Amino acid sequence: MALAGRTALRWARLWSPRPAAGALRLPSWRPAACVRLYGSRGEEKLDMSMYPVESIRNFSIIAHVDHGKSTLADRLLEITGTIAKTGCNKQVLDKLQVERERGITVKAQSASLFYNHNEVNYLLNLIDTPGHVDFSYEVSRSLSACQGVILVVDANEGIQAQTVANFYLAFEAQLAIIPVINKIDLKNADPERVEKQIEKLFDIPVDECVRISAKRGTNVEKVLQKVIEKIPPPHCNTADPLKALVFDSTFDHYRGVIANIALFGGEIEKGHKIVSAHTKKRYEVNEVGILTPNEQPTHKLFQKLAPQGSSGKKIRYAGQVGYLIAGMKEVTEAQIGDTLFLYKQPVEPLPGFKSAKPMVFAGMYPVDQTEYNNLKSALERLTLNDSSVNVHRDNSLALGAGWRLGFLGLLHMEVFNQRLEQEYNMSVILTAPTVPYKAVLSSAKLIKEYGKKEITIISPAQFPDKLSVSEYLEPTVLGTIVTPQEYIGKIIVLCQDRRAVQKDMLYIDEHRVMLKYLFPLNEIVVDFYDALKSLSSGYASFDYEDAGYQAADLIKMDILLNGNPVEELATIVHNDKAYATGKFLCERLKDAIPRQLFEIAIQAAIGKKIIARETLKAYRKNVVAKCYGGDITRRMKLLKRQAEGKKLMRKIGNVEVPRDAFIRVLKRQTDK
Amino acid sequence: WPYCRKRCSYCNFNKYVVPAVDEAAVRACLVREAQTLLRLSRVRSITSVFFGGGTPSLASPGTIAAVLEAVAGAAHLPADAEVTLEVNPSSASTPRLAGFRAAGVNRLSIGVQSLDDAELRLLGREHTAAEAREAVEAARRLFPGRTSIDLLFGLPGQSRSAWARGLEAALGLCDDHVSLYQLTLERGTVLAAQVQGGSLPTPAQDLLADMYHTACDALVAAGFRHYEVSNFARKGALSTHNLSYWRAEQYIGVGPGAHGRFVPWGEGSCSREARVQTLEPDAWMREVQSRGHGTRRRVVLSPLEQLEEVLALGLRTDEGITQERWGRFSPQLSLEAVFGVPGEAQELQQQGWLVLDGSGLRCSREGLALLDSLLPALLCQLQR
Repeated sequence: MALAGRTALRWARLWSPRPAAGALRLPSWRPAACVRLYGSRGEEKLDMSMYPVESIRNFSIIAHVDHGKSTLADRLLEITGTIAKTGCNKQVLDKLQVERERGITVKAQSASLFYNHNEVNYLLNLIDTPGHVDFSYEVSRSLSACQGVILVVDANEGIQAQTVANFYLAFEAQLAIIPVINKIDLKNADPERVEKQIEKLFDIPVDECVRISAKRGTNVEKVLQKVIEKIPPPHCNTADPLKALVFDSTFDHYRGVIANIALFGGEIEKGHKIVSAHTKKRYEVNEVGILTPNEQPTHKLFQKLAPQGSSGKKIRYAGQVGYLIAGMKEVTEAQIGDTLFLYKQPVEPLPGFKSAKPMVFAGMYPVDQTEYNNLKSALERLTLNDSSVNVHRDNSLALGAGWRLGFLGLLHMEVFNQRLEQEYNMSVILTAPTVPYKAVLSSAKLIKEYGKKEITIISPAQFPDKLSVSEYLEPTVLGTIVTPQEYIGKIIVLCQDRRAVQKDMLYIDEHRVMLKYLFPLNEIVVDFYDALKSLSSGYASFDYEDAGYQAADLIKMDILLNGNPVEELATIVHNDKAYATGKFLCERLKDAIPRQLFEIAIQAAIGKKIIARETLKAYRKNVVAKCYGGDITRRMKLLKRQAEGKKLMRKIGNVEVPRDAFIRVLKRQTDK
Repeated sequence: WPYCRKRCSYCNFNKYVVPAVDEAAVRACLVREAQTLLRLSRVRSITSVFFGGGTPSLASPGTIAAVLEAVAGAAHLPADAEVTLEVNPSSASTPRLAGFRAAGVNRLSIGVQSLDDAELRLLGREHTAAEAREAVEAARRLFPGRTSIDLLFGLPGQSRSAWARGLEAALGLCDDHVSLYQLTLERGTVLAAQVQGGSLPTPAQDLLADMYHTACDALVAAGFRHYEVSNFARKGALSTHNLSYWRAEQYIGVGPGAHGRFVPWGEGSCSREARVQTLEPDAWMREVQSRGHGTRRRVVLSPLEQLEEVLALGLRTDEGITQERWGRFSPQLSLEAVFGVPGEAQELQQQGWLVLDGSGLRCSREGLALLDSLLPALLCQLQR
């Protein structure tokens, strides 16, 4: 129960001193233009200076996947008149096809909402966050621009693994948290049970929860009021010098980098000369604006908001959230977490973000090498908008020229691949994911060679020999599983099979259990989630967070064909898993390599020791039965294709291995 | 003859099951196309004629006679030219076969396929084993020494012993020519779909190899010469017509979907062409009626492509590719110059799959069964 104890302590600190009775503290000041703006904003012009810091709220919505985060966002946008109420607004903030298909948010989007409460006009900046902890980097970026969050929990499913993970991200950022129980209109909704779970796990009093149906709009207005009452305004002062945090950036082919910024002090307008604290580069601001969901964050809305007859200067004031364009050519110039200030008025940079560390690596190759350049430019364009992907050029003897990509997690990898396919029409070979291992060197010679004692091993080719290493390390994650209790037995067996160590087990109500396990990352990167889902009939949820490295008994396993090692199939495995992995690889290869004129021994070896073997028997008959006048054309075509294919085959010793076989063995298994 | 009464479960040929055939029209078109193409080819003498299908034994002897008359009218057709008709046991009564003989047919190829009723049902054949026997016996009486039978092995679920029994029965029945085909599961056939869907078992590779080798041994022991991958003959009863395919000689294809390889001198060309006639019978007939032939596709074969065919086809036979034939297609580079140098062919020779000597290039007995694994390597070497 260490968890609950910690929660209680932090909770007290967070909640008691700051029940921000926002409306009371705010000046009862009310620009007439703004009231009309609420109804028919299109014709009115808005001066952003009408929103002092006290009437600004910056917040995010966080939730487990499918708990209704995006639906709630849609309703909030409708209520505040940001988008028209059409009944067909679905996941307005999720712009990517993959987001709509998977019901997830990948790329954080933001929208400014205008809302009148108790005769005061508020500017509510909704900063959308990705729902999955693979994107915790994006979540933390978004959260750092916020002072509070709406935590959405499904009234039927209750707290799930991602709910827990997201809660802690917000909690650790010391944000105000508004718990919202969604989908109360569903037949099986049990909001009372969920409220009790929230109280038990997060130590939030039952009466703090707002029961809503985002789909029907029930009580959604109340959520907005809570946002105003419970979430404090940003701490900053327009009189301070400019201090802007870059919390996201996108790349536009015509306008260059568009940086999403949160102002922590001062103001910014077109023509300002600004400096990046990180790169020290100087820029002139071309355009600033607020973000709207439906359009790209363009100046279009902003133009409407700019005062008529003004010189076109668009000023952003402290506490506000918006975007800026300042002639940055590459996304790397708008580093997430960077601080911008006015030229010759330097400020103390805001505390930096933790940079995205790739946790999962996979090789990416064009299906056809002639597609290399197209894939390269697609990758470049996609990484412009997703700077968290790590790209290294790589070359495989079997698969040709390609890349080794580092992703934040599995979902990130899949989403990236899917975006490549959907947005750039690229079909690629993605190899089975691996994780970055480490080795602590003991050999003085190697230490000198690497210039350090601890090295990261991304590919098996770099794996140093046991004799020159004092220990190997593997990355671990702390996994959270929330499940109905009847599946506990099977789940515990699954986790043990994955070398996981139980850290916690807590009944969050009479039927549901939360389990915490420390997993070696490589044990969950391939098919853990699918296995968990299938043995719990889809009821268990899973999420994980980085938990550092631990010592591990790692070995390098070679795959041999008739005694010759196949370089691209060498793998780093845990000693306990060597036999199973070796057997699996040999079996897969046996099915993938066509029979040849001689017998082929397929072996898995550790050093000189063979741990698994499959035998591919020699062909004894391979000749087409009928070849008469009418068969010849078709026959010749096939033979010529085979002859062409032969030229592309990789020869290992005397064994010919088609590229296809490597693909079938190396490829990530998406369906089983 | 593109028509059949029934679709067999394994067959993916260009064939049509229609309620009524306007035989007079089809006959007129076959005659017309034969005349046109023979004229185009300027061939003077014909060595063989083969009526295939579909089910050509469904055509009336009159149609066969008309085509042969047309051929004889356009070119020299020697009295001893081989004239083969493919026959289904279900349309092979003695009077009918006699009619075909009168029309000029002098060799029959009977689609027995199996002598087991259950296997015949699996294959979707119209006839029973007893009917097949009767047909073969009738044929042998009318065409002694000139009757061939087709047999299939490697049927889904067929055991080694079942095949051995079938083979023994066939040896007791057959004349001097046997074609022995391993069943190929062709895409789009009922049988392939059943195997794919799992309702029928996939025959194991090693079992198929065993079946093939035992059958070859049994036939050779019975005095047959294994003269091509799937063909066996004794007393010199080789199929002249089929040999001409494997020897890359010229042939003219007449009828829907027929293939040909010849030099259309009559059109002023002097290169060998690969030709295919229009597949669909009605469309083919319209084309023949309007322009004398239904050639749908003509591709000029480059010297290299011709050599590739010489190689891939010639190696199917026991004689292989003779020095003389290779020289006809490749006057500059001899067989030794291409395959006698270090490379794939030499490795294959060392491994015992291939033989290159003074008489030519051919497969060893073991190599013949693996020809399709040897050819890609040989084509690579040839292309260099």
